[in-house]
Amino acid sequence: MIILRYAVFRTITMLLTLFVVSILVFVIINLPPGDYLSNQIAELRATGQAEGVAKAEFLRREYALDRPVWEQYFIWVGMLPGPNGFSGLLQGDFGWSFEFDRPVGEIVGDALWLTVLVNLAAVLFVYAVALPLGVLAAAKSETWVDYTAGFIGYLGLATPNFLLALILFYYGNKYFDLPIGGLMAPELEGAPMSWEKVRSILLHLIVPTFVIGTSGAAAMMQRLRANMLDELSKPYVETAKAKGLSPRRALTKYPLRMAFNPFVADIGNLLPAMVSGSVLVSVVLGLQTIGPSLLTALKSQDQFLAAFILMFVALLTLIGTMISDILLVLLDPRIRYGERGQ
Amino acid sequence: MTGLLEVEALTIGFGTAPPVVSDVSFCVNAGETLALVGESGSGKTLTCRSALRILPAAAQIRSGTLRFAGREGAVDLLKAPERQLRDIRGNRIAMIFQEPMRSLSPLHRLGNQVAEVLHLHRNMGRAEAKRRVLEQFEKVGFVEPERAFRSYPFEMSGGMRQRAMIAMAMVAKPELLIADEPTTALDVTTQAQVLGLINTLQAETGMAVILVTHDLGVVANMAQRVVVMNKGRVMEAGSAKDVLGAPAHGYTAKLFAAAPVIPEVATPAPKLEYDDVIFDLRNVTKTYTLKAGGWRKPVQVTACRDVDLQLPRGKTLAVVGESGSGKTTCARVALGAERPDPGGEVLFRASPDAPPIPVHDMTPAQRTAFQRQAQMVFQDPYSSLSPRMRVLEAMVEPMEIHNIGTRNDRREKAAEMLRMVGLNPDMLRRYPHAFSGGQRQRLSIARALTLDPQLLICDEPTSALDVSVQDQILTLLEDIRDRAGLSYFFISHDLAVVARIADEVAVMRAGVIVEQAPPDTLFYNPQHPYTKALIAAQPEPDLARPIDLDLVARGAGAPTSWPEMFRFDGAAAPDLTELEPGHRVRCHA
Repeated sequence: MIILRYAVFRTITMLLTLFVVSILVFVIINLPPGDYLSNQIAELRATGQAEGVAKAEFLRREYALDRPVWEQYFIWVGMLPGPNGFSGLLQGDFGWSFEFDRPVGEIVGDALWLTVLVNLAAVLFVYAVALPLGVLAAAKSETWVDYTAGFIGYLGLATPNFLLALILFYYGNKYFDLPIGGLMAPELEGAPMSWEKVRSILLHLIVPTFVIGTSGAAAMMQRLRANMLDELSKPYVETAKAKGLSPRRALTKYPLRMAFNPFVADIGNLLPAMVSGSVLVSVVLGLQTIGPSLLTALKSQDQFLAAFILMFVALLTLIGTMISDILLVLLDPRIRYGERGQ
Repeated sequence: MTGLLEVEALTIGFGTAPPVVSDVSFCVNAGETLALVGESGSGKTLTCRSALRILPAAAQIRSGTLRFAGREGAVDLLKAPERQLRDIRGNRIAMIFQEPMRSLSPLHRLGNQVAEVLHLHRNMGRAEAKRRVLEQFEKVGFVEPERAFRSYPFEMSGGMRQRAMIAMAMVAKPELLIADEPTTALDVTTQAQVLGLINTLQAETGMAVILVTHDLGVVANMAQRVVVMNKGRVMEAGSAKDVLGAPAHGYTAKLFAAAPVIPEVATPAPKLEYDDVIFDLRNVTKTYTLKAGGWRKPVQVTACRDVDLQLPRGKTLAVVGESGSGKTTCARVALGAERPDPGGEVLFRASPDAPPIPVHDMTPAQRTAFQRQAQMVFQDPYSSLSPRMRVLEAMVEPMEIHNIGTRNDRREKAAEMLRMVGLNPDMLRRYPHAFSGGQRQRLSIARALTLDPQLLICDEPTSALDVSVQDQILTLLEDIRDRAGLSYFFISHDLAVVARIADEVAVMRAGVIVEQAPPDTLFYNPQHPYTKALIAAQPEPDLARPIDLDLVARGAGAPTSWPEMFRFDGAAAPDLTELEPGHRVRCHA
């Protein structure tokens, strides 16, 4: 019951935050002088292409770029009628990409889901690797297990991602026949979902997951190890030993539960860090995520495309923090029943 | 008859350093209580923990034997394989730790943590284990065992947690219970009740108890036999009667002399004169609003209510109470760190002819002056001195802030203050870590004195210290007060400490002052049930004067459980009534 109430409360605060974020995103994108179209018009005028200018002027009016910024914002969100009535984010119209000359929704389309997929895989990889290694390193601290785990971790932190990507592609392809680049076989792109396609995507996911997740896993492992070491010196661990618990059980039942909190709280930070961290990797690996589009959009002031992608990343972050907050409430009775103790 | 646990020539050390426990031998018989007495660093904790081999990783047991002769045959605990030892831990030998706040896992329900012992050692199923745990919870004094079973540790008070710890230790019916300072972190009335509980349980089950403590009063109430340790060696051992009646070793005698006691008083003290009041708390009430997350309603908590206190110049006013009684809130309000609720005020009069200044409405200039004239000594000398500042820097800092004197003047003043608190001025160049707890507390007193204050607010200045050191610090504080004409506002949970230093004592409970009088009057003729409980709960190092648990129980409960004349509920407390000159009690007159 408490959980449900909390979840509703968190969802409402999340929506409010998202609203504030949308204002920030829009303002920041509009901070540099001019916009994509005015730049283009200036360029066309300079080269004397009058008919191009007419089209650009038309687009400016069509997308309300000739109005004040605050009106533009509300039109973009869909809270004020634009030249074609209400048509904004709230109505599911994400705007027009001037750079690609296509609707934003069409450009990002599949890339959105692939981004979520790649990053979710990477997050799972981070947790799957960091949890056992971190616990092991803490339990056997200052033995060869700890040192080995630490060494692998630092290696993961220190190796540049794209370098790791190239190495993995080369050896993965040579020894395991893993595909190079992309997120599916080229002939399946745009094809309807099928077992064949799923299998192809999974195979293509292996290397990117590893590349994007390694440094996160290394950092997470070190954090978990430090948390565990702190917890291991707490008196309640001694109590558990004095009860006659075996070392393994005394470790997993008590300190691990405690060390889990920061681990869970990290979900929210991990998602956006990976999305932005994977931009370069996506370019190198030729992944069809939104990373490369974001890069182009920002470079050319393609404002609707950039704003939409930024909003999407913000949404991921907020959902991530919400998940971790709710998990924390589930995991830690001190948060759940804090007020009962008073 | 052979003992249940025979410790022989036990030596424990760290690395290559000389041993911290050397050649310790003693023996515990079935059914008896042995007290292991000593100050911090005496090796008593290491000694008792070696019985379960739960020592810090760096500690090495260098030699000795620990022979445990339980119902299932004799074992050398130091040589037994780890697996066999695991069967003994929590099963044949159980342990209670000092800090009930931290010795239970905060994330698991109490029932789960206690029942685990039965799952482990008795192979019991859930239902049976739960039944047994509930029985045990009832025995240790939980009124609603079912509720306790479902509770998390953070929902309970310290005393209740320690009861849960005891239940956990007792549930498998061990033959030996090791209690490592089980009551040190508890309030004195709670301590009395927990000690009584251990005694009762022992009588019921016939187990042996090793009680580790620094408090001779606790020893007198609990133990049949006593082992006194100092610096890793046994100083004196024997029956409680012999050791407490006629201590043979000089160290034991010293511990005795230092133990604070509530004096026997023949006549009440005269009323304290209030013509020159340096510090005046008028009608101070402090309410906190706890913000609850989400949509929950904020909760109002009244930390202290209607506190009226006057401190005559050159005297010591003490506020005594248990944790949560509101005494610290009083001090914070008094110093100006918190603003009292409207209607209350705090007045400070720097000299007899100066006008009184309200502490909470000062001009910046007045505030600076007040900060010079009122200084604070804190409870924990380990965390109140910055580990990165040399003693000299810490000592001259207040003078730098207030722009007093030249560099040389400040340095000289610092050296003078060190001499005043009995330290050597050579120590100015050292860092705090080079000092013991007692020396550090002397340093913080010296630091508080560098500005020549009029008023010293001491927040439990001795409760983190060993008894012999506590004694020295109290003597020092008395000495400085008389030499420099200081006034003390003294906060403590320990009536016996206060007995010595205070001219007037205010006993607080549940945010209100329940009784106020000079200490001698209070001890001669305590009126309020809570004061009586406090006095009764004080463990005396005298076998002839055991704790009167009934008296403690009558006064230590909630205000709603007090006798008719004193009873109140929430904000509806009766007024303080002056029963005799200078003796005020909160009762329905």
